[in-house]
Amino acid sequence: MQANYGYKDGSGDFFIVIDTERCNGCGDCVEVCPADVLELVEDEFDFEAETPVIAVKAEHAKKIKYSCAPCKPAAGYTTAELPCVKACEPCAIDHSW
Amino acid sequence: MITAGVDCGAKNVKVVILKDGEIIGKGIKLAGMNTNAAAEEAFQQALAQAGLTRDDVAKVTTTGAGKNEPTFEHEIVTEVGADARGIHALHPEVRTIIDVGAEEGRAIKVNEAGKVVDFAINEKCAAGAGAFTEAMARALEIPLEEFGAVALQSSQSIPMNAQCAVFAESEVISLLHRKTPKTDIARAIHDAISDRITSMVRRVGIEERISLIGGMAKNIGFVASLKNDLKTEVIIPDDYQYVGAIGAAWMAAEE
Amino acid sequence: MAQDEKGAGYWRWTESRWTSPDLNPKNGEVNSAGVDVGSVSTQAVVMVDGELYCYSNMRTGSDSPRSAENAMNWALEDTGLTLDDIHATVGTGYGRVNVPFATKAITEIACHARGANFMYGPTVRSILDMGGQDCKAIHCDERGKVKAFLMNDKCAAGTGRGMEVFADLLGVHINEVGEMSLQVDEEPPPVSSTCVVFAKSEAAALLREGWPKERVLASYCSAMAHRVVTLLERIGVEEEFAITGGIAKNAGVVKRLAEELNIELAKTDMDTQIAGALGAALFARALYEKKMKSG
Repeated sequence: MQANYGYKDGSGDFFIVIDTERCNGCGDCVEVCPADVLELVEDEFDFEAETPVIAVKAEHAKKIKYSCAPCKPAAGYTTAELPCVKACEPCAIDHSW
Repeated sequence: MITAGVDCGAKNVKVVILKDGEIIGKGIKLAGMNTNAAAEEAFQQALAQAGLTRDDVAKVTTTGAGKNEPTFEHEIVTEVGADARGIHALHPEVRTIIDVGAEEGRAIKVNEAGKVVDFAINEKCAAGAGAFTEAMARALEIPLEEFGAVALQSSQSIPMNAQCAVFAESEVISLLHRKTPKTDIARAIHDAISDRITSMVRRVGIEERISLIGGMAKNIGFVASLKNDLKTEVIIPDDYQYVGAIGAAWMAAEE
Repeated sequence: MAQDEKGAGYWRWTESRWTSPDLNPKNGEVNSAGVDVGSVSTQAVVMVDGELYCYSNMRTGSDSPRSAENAMNWALEDTGLTLDDIHATVGTGYGRVNVPFATKAITEIACHARGANFMYGPTVRSILDMGGQDCKAIHCDERGKVKAFLMNDKCAAGTGRGMEVFADLLGVHINEVGEMSLQVDEEPPPVSSTCVVFAKSEAAALLREGWPKERVLASYCSAMAHRVVTLLERIGVEEEFAITGGIAKNAGVVKRLAEELNIELAKTDMDTQIAGALGAALFARALYEKKMKSG
C-alpha cells in the first residue's frame, strides 16, 4: 500500500511515500531523521498486519517541506542521499521532491 | 551618474535614486490595482526629494513581482540579484539575507564579494509571506501596524496547527471562542510564520551576519520570533524596505 | 439543530438527515454505527445488518467534542432507536478521538474506501474525496481495501473551505456555486493562483473589471478542477472513479474535473458526504461480528 504523506500547495508537491508492504517496521529511518518526522504505527489499513509500519507524524505532514528542509539544501541533494532513504534496507521510503 | 531602481512589489512599489553611490531620493506607493501608475507616482516622489527631473536620470532598472509592468523605459533584474547587490552596498559583512515581502519570502546566501551563492524561495502560498500576518491581523481585528506589539505582550506560547492562511483563520476563530487571549494568538501567528521562514533559511545555511529586509521587518513581533528561531542577532537596515530598489539602482549604474 | 452564530452566511450548506422508509431496526441482528467528525462537517450513519438505515449530515461547529453526540442524536431522531440499541460504533475523521461512544477509531481513508465500495459498488477503484478542510485521493480493490492514498490537509485550495471563501466574496450561496459557474457561454481562463488568498485578490480585481459573478466562479472552479487533477496524477486515476465528500455536490468542479480527465464518473443515489461514516459503520459491524465469533 502506497501511503503519500504531505501536501500540495501553490509552491509545489511535497510528499513522503511509504510502501507499507515493503516496510518491515525496523525503525532505522526513525533513528536517523534529524527532524523527528517519522514514527512507527500500527498498520491502520491492514488489520491482519503483524508488524508496525512507518508513517509521517500528523504535525509534520502539514509542513513537511519545512520539516525536511535541513536535509534538503538549496544548493542541491539527491533523494538517495537523504538519511531516511539511505537507512531503509527494503527501499520502502521515497520523497517526491 | 544618476540611476533609479524601481522595486515593484506585490504590495508596494519602492523607488530609489542613486547618484555616485549616494541615495538622494526615495519614493513608495501602494501598488493597488495599477503597478505602473504606482511606479510613476513613487518615481515622482523620489525625484522631488532629490530635486531632479526625469531627464536627469540616466538609467532605470526594475525588479520585483511587477517588474514588467512599468511602461517607461527600463532594464530588468531579478529580486534575488537586486537584494544581494543592495545589501552589499549597505552591509557588506552580511552573508545571509532574509527578505520577507507581502507575497514572497526569500533566503539568499552571498559571499564576501556580494555574489549570490545560493537561494531559496517561499512563493505562491500566502502562509509563507506577509499575506499571512495581514490575513490574521484582519481575523483578530487588530491594525497591522500594532500586530507585532500585541504579540510581544503574550505570556504563553500556544501551538498553531494550521499551515494555511485560510485554515489558520478558522483556527484563530476557534481559539477566540475558547477565550484564548488575543496576545497569545498573535504570538502563535508570529511564531508560525517565523518557523516557516527559518526553515527556508536553513536550506541556504544560517551564516552570520544575517540581515532581515522587506516589509515584514517592520513587524517587531516577527523580528522577535525570528531572532528566537535563528538564535542570532539580525541586522535590519534603516532602509529595510528599499534594499531591492537600492540594489537595482546600483546594478543600473554598473551595467 | 446546530445554531448559526454568524447569521445567514452565504457559506452555509444545507444540513440534512434521512431515514430508510423500508427497514425495521427491531428485526435486525446487528445495528452498527459510524461517525465521521470532520473539521467542517460531521456525519452519523446507522446500519442494520449492513443495510443503510438512517444518517445525519451537519456542521461540526466550534464544539467538536459534542458533534459526534449531536450528529448521532439527530440521525436517530424519530426512529425510536437510542444509542443503547447500537451494538458497535466506529469513529473516524479528524475528530475521531472525540467519539466517546465508539469502540474503535479507524482512519478516515480506510473508512472512505470501504464506504465508497458500498455506495458505488465493487467496481470502484479510485476515489477522490474533497472535504471541508482536506482533499484525499484513494485507490482501493474490489473489497474496498486501500491500495494507495494521498491526503492533503495543509492547503485550502481544492477544499470546501476554499470554496466557501469564494461563495462569501461573491455573495452566492454555497449550494449554488457549482451551477452558477456553468452559466457561461465561453469558458474563461482559470485564475492564475492556486492559493485561495491570492486567488481571492485576483477575483476581486476581476469583479472590479466588470466580470459577472458567473464568470469569476467559472474561472475559480476551472482552476480548482485542474489543481485536483494534478494532485490525482500523483497516484493516477483508474476506472471506476468516484467523487465523494461535499464538493461532489459542486457540479462546476465535478463536470470540469471529469472533462479534464476524460472519464465518466461513478454514480450513487446516496449523499456523497456520508462515505466516511458509512465505511465506519461497516467496519463497526465487521468488528462486532468478529468479536461475537471469537466469543
